[in-house]
Amino acid sequence: MTLSGINSLRLGPDEHGRFGIYGGRFVAETLMPLILDLEKAYRDAKADPAFADEIKHLATHYTGRPSPLYFAERTSAHLGGAKVWLKREELNHTGSHKINNCLGQILLARRMGKTRIIAETGAGQHGVATATVCAKFDLPCVIFMGATDVERQWPNVLRMKMLGAEVRPVTAGAGTLKDAMNEALRDWVTNVDTTYYLIGTAAGPHPYPEMVRDFQSVIGAELKDQFLQAEGKLPDAVVACVGGGSNAIGTFHAFLDEPGVALYGAEAGGHGIDVDNGHAASMTGGRPGVLHGNRTYLLQDEDGQILEGPSISAGLDYPGVGPEHAFLHDAKRVTYAPITDKEALEAFQLLARMEGIIPALESAHGLAQVMKLAPTMGKDQSVVLCLSGRGDKDVESVGKHLGMDMIS
Amino acid sequence: MSRITARFAACTAENRPALVTYVMAGDPDLETAQAILDGLPAAGADVIELGMPFSDPMADGVAIQVAGHRALKSGQTMRRTLAMVENFRKKDAETPIVLMGYYNPIYIFGVADFIAAAKAAGVDGLIVVDLPAEEDEELCIPALEAGLNFIRLATPTTDERRLPAVLRNTSGFVYYVTMTGITGAAIKSRAAVGEAVRRIKHHTDLPVAVGFGIKTAEDAQVFGRDADGLAVGTVIVNAVAETLNDGKPTERTVTAVHDVVASLAAGARRARSAA
Repeated sequence: MTLSGINSLRLGPDEHGRFGIYGGRFVAETLMPLILDLEKAYRDAKADPAFADEIKHLATHYTGRPSPLYFAERTSAHLGGAKVWLKREELNHTGSHKINNCLGQILLARRMGKTRIIAETGAGQHGVATATVCAKFDLPCVIFMGATDVERQWPNVLRMKMLGAEVRPVTAGAGTLKDAMNEALRDWVTNVDTTYYLIGTAAGPHPYPEMVRDFQSVIGAELKDQFLQAEGKLPDAVVACVGGGSNAIGTFHAFLDEPGVALYGAEAGGHGIDVDNGHAASMTGGRPGVLHGNRTYLLQDEDGQILEGPSISAGLDYPGVGPEHAFLHDAKRVTYAPITDKEALEAFQLLARMEGIIPALESAHGLAQVMKLAPTMGKDQSVVLCLSGRGDKDVESVGKHLGMDMIS
Repeated sequence: MSRITARFAACTAENRPALVTYVMAGDPDLETAQAILDGLPAAGADVIELGMPFSDPMADGVAIQVAGHRALKSGQTMRRTLAMVENFRKKDAETPIVLMGYYNPIYIFGVADFIAAAKAAGVDGLIVVDLPAEEDEELCIPALEAGLNFIRLATPTTDERRLPAVLRNTSGFVYYVTMTGITGAAIKSRAAVGEAVRRIKHHTDLPVAVGFGIKTAEDAQVFGRDADGLAVGTVIVNAVAETLNDGKPTERTVTAVHDVVASLAAGARRARSAA
């Protein structure tokens, strides 16, 4: 049964940019006129068939879409339950789902006549995708990246530099994604006339959460068609990892009104959800607050100061989450569950050995959720994971965690 | 008449701009911050902005970011900030205090509880950087209903079309941000600031204070010709930072802040007499 009309979960946001109580436009006045302009430009673009055509063309010839839906046969047999499928977003140009959003937004920036692009990045996947589209469209690009992340995702820093981007390490706070976003916002407020802020996740002030979701929704739409083709039905469960939540919302959106499809978001459980400030699971371990332009679930102390939870994955250690996820969490449509660093590392190794696919540590969190889920399901059932990124950037740090060296 | 309105009127009657001084609550520790706060009126401050520290101050430059982190590290909380105002009010019933900061600590305190506690402590107004007019239902409207002033920022990007919406629920005074940028950056065009102040005054009878980038007595003298108020923060907060020893206050910390304020106050007083 497909829900529609007033019962649909796919109608958000409202005209104030709200998904229920979440979302909104909590930004400084300097940015407010720009955000209203952006919303208008996006509405115009959305109504323009030429814009959709251009995205479609680039998706096919530049990104390499559609990404395959792959039946992970050995993994399925190993887990001994449901069939496990992978939506192969890691095969996209630049190695993750991030390119879907970057292409959409760079076209919008061009329509708006902006001449300079800035972005924040955690794991560096969004930074690489942004640097890539900036190279392609010949726009100067500055990427803000936490100093800690620069160190642990060094291969992606080199890629960004080779693509012509300037990478600015941010030393404030713990030097991770949250701090990079603060610094990007400070740059934006300073260079508001020329600069387009290409936000990488489905968070921030309205219209970003809606816009990023729309550009990422191609994942779930393709997946739905591909699965129907392959199995003649819908999958029983769909899983994605959630940091800010762009790959997850893009994957889930096509299924929100399909109650027969269970949806799972894997959050960064770090050292464990019971460890005080030892995780970055904002929905399992946080509460609603306002940061970076939107109301959403946040990791924070009792006085409203934002906390920085650790995660082995630089892409998931953001203390917030996109507002639509906060809404879906409250609506109980999506089950958000924490995955520890240890579980993610096990999943990382499993996929490498079972399927010959090295996943990003972020996506490995999703796989760890699949590993818990699949054995509890029947052999006639199916679970699909959005394999959002490849793990090339992580091999060095995972190797260290596993104690691998050059000799043995 | 609110304390803020009365104070601006008094300054106007003396033909001088009001000096609006920003200090961070709890920086570098509670005791020193209270001594700084208590001495501001004698040093020449007409209106006091008391910063509510926040872990992620997106609109602030490094000086105020670091000041907020010093305060949080010393254990500052919203309750302590409100207690500072309460202590101040025991000695000074006239000088207006505006709490300035970001929305999340207020939201987590609880909007209704916060407004009640702020009123009880003797707070006169609020400046909340990340609450634009579009989010007035959150805090602005309930604060106005409770009799607190809600001071809005207008910026160079606030054009003629938008200005009425920005001014609609503004009270006390209008805070004109001299530049697109963060606190403590450099002002690009002095002439443009004067023009902007006149443009805003065309739309409102409220006093207009200018801020972001005013650093010296000379700046105060120049901008004080057009503006009804001069908001200064970064250089005051820097006076705290420069006198710390290993992160701890020294005997110079409180006086250094008050000396900076006195110098700015002197500049503000020269603004119109020198013209």
